[in-house]
Amino acid sequence: MKIPQLHPDAAVGTLPHRAKNDLMVSLGLAPELPPDWRAKALRRFDELLHQRRSLALYMDICVRCGACADKCPFFLGTGDPKNMPVARAELLRKVYRRHFTAAGRASGHLAAGEELTDTVLNEWFTYFYQCSECRRCAEFCPFGVDTAEITMAAREIMASIGLAPKYVTEVLKKAHEVGNNIGIPEAAWIDGCQFLEEELKAQTGQDIKVPVNQAGAEVLLVPPSADLFVNTDTMMGYALMFHAAGISWTTSSYASEAGNFGLFLNYEQLKKINLRIVDAARQLGVKRLVMGECGHAWRAAQAFMDTLNGPLDFLEPPCPEHICELAARLLRAGRLKLNRSANDGLVVTYHDPCNLARGGGLMEEPREILRAVVNDFREMPADTIREKTFCCGAGAGLLTEELMATRMNGVKPRLEAFRTSGATHLATPCAICKAQFPVAFKHYAINAQVVGVMDLLGKALVL
Amino acid sequence: MSVVTLAGKQFEVDEDGFMQDTTQWTPDVATGLAKSEGIEVLTDDHWKVINYLREYYQKFNVAPPIRMVCKQTGFPLKRIYELFSTGPAKGACKLAGLPKPTGCI
Repeated sequence: MKIPQLHPDAAVGTLPHRAKNDLMVSLGLAPELPPDWRAKALRRFDELLHQRRSLALYMDICVRCGACADKCPFFLGTGDPKNMPVARAELLRKVYRRHFTAAGRASGHLAAGEELTDTVLNEWFTYFYQCSECRRCAEFCPFGVDTAEITMAAREIMASIGLAPKYVTEVLKKAHEVGNNIGIPEAAWIDGCQFLEEELKAQTGQDIKVPVNQAGAEVLLVPPSADLFVNTDTMMGYALMFHAAGISWTTSSYASEAGNFGLFLNYEQLKKINLRIVDAARQLGVKRLVMGECGHAWRAAQAFMDTLNGPLDFLEPPCPEHICELAARLLRAGRLKLNRSANDGLVVTYHDPCNLARGGGLMEEPREILRAVVNDFREMPADTIREKTFCCGAGAGLLTEELMATRMNGVKPRLEAFRTSGATHLATPCAICKAQFPVAFKHYAINAQVVGVMDLLGKALVL
Repeated sequence: MSVVTLAGKQFEVDEDGFMQDTTQWTPDVATGLAKSEGIEVLTDDHWKVINYLREYYQKFNVAPPIRMVCKQTGFPLKRIYELFSTGPAKGACKLAGLPKPTGCI
């Protein structure tokens, strides 16, 4: 995408609604900025620098070469120079230099250090919530600086002093109290799954199960709860695939959420949300754990579950496995019979969710499935897919109304690439992407549909 | 958090205009909030969706799956978007006095 004209402060007024005191307290966070918030923030920053050597390294080694500057969808979309990853990171680095380097401690401004003032804190709450932690910048950094880690550290420091978004904390509270991000209680989860069984019966004439809490099932499938609430074709796709392959499976009403919003706030929350899944797997006595169509879930599970919540040695490898990995494995083994003409008339392209591709190395399997189940599959331009994928613009806690300007700006590079594909359908295995694209298509008057990978597989299966 | 006055009564709503205390809902609330969703007059079709949402919410304490809303009201999703331009999980839930569904939706 063309580098935009610079518009300083263009994105300055777009920031999340703040979580209120009761929400913060329910998550064990400070309810509001205490009088000594600066000292507390610096203490937390200090702790993080000691806990994560990567963070300390990232603070020190950037040479401001600018390779990342025009790689960020939020900079490309807004033109606000503070959305260049290097400049966004600078909001934290300048405080680091002031307080955590010898030169900064001795001479402050001479070392380009800056105090953590109200203004700086407001910049943090603005710009670190205009970053979707998509890591496209990191892909192009010659030093390997992962700017998403910097955003995560800044968010963690803010949360520790009582500053967090309403959207992220509200969702976390529901996940802790009810078991999923939407707040679907057990009775509604069971009712919803029975409803989908009736739908499947009407469609196929067969008894296809969408099981809940089936102890002893081979697989625990953890979907994003959005798959029951809105992306029901995806949920039915899982059911059809397990049925066709003859694999016993179950969902859990206790761990009815793959998406881990802890990743957007702090590691403590990330660990707690993951733990529900591990506990459910143990309690149900399943052999294997499979994650559904959710980007952040994959990163949270694949990168963190074994280290934060493990060992997962009571489960069979590959653990965790992604639903697309499992489907591709079953296809290769000849265990799924297909009639891909069922998807004729669709021109399909694939959008790599950031946390599957860059964050989780899962790029080939979804394509393998799509090539097997549709006749017209096309790629978007090479510099916008796989590791170089552009974010949907709504990841990492941005999928909320008040950040609509950020979302509609951040999605621009992805849509520009999508338009060149000539596709009628954008397939993607992530609930956030699936929620964001229809809004963006409407906003930019693009006539296209969003589907899950498993939706298309389900339609092509011969039972 | 702000307060809106509907049918002579005051209600607390969140930043997106959703009622904070769903037990205070009356049909007047839906009529009063309709304008904020660009709806001039609530028709029988609107009420069919609103009533179903409330019925399900009272039973399960959450909004129903979208597919279930379509099935139970007999309206295809396109029709629901014609009735509530911001969709079943936003405009329709707001008028029905349900909390705003959030998550990856």
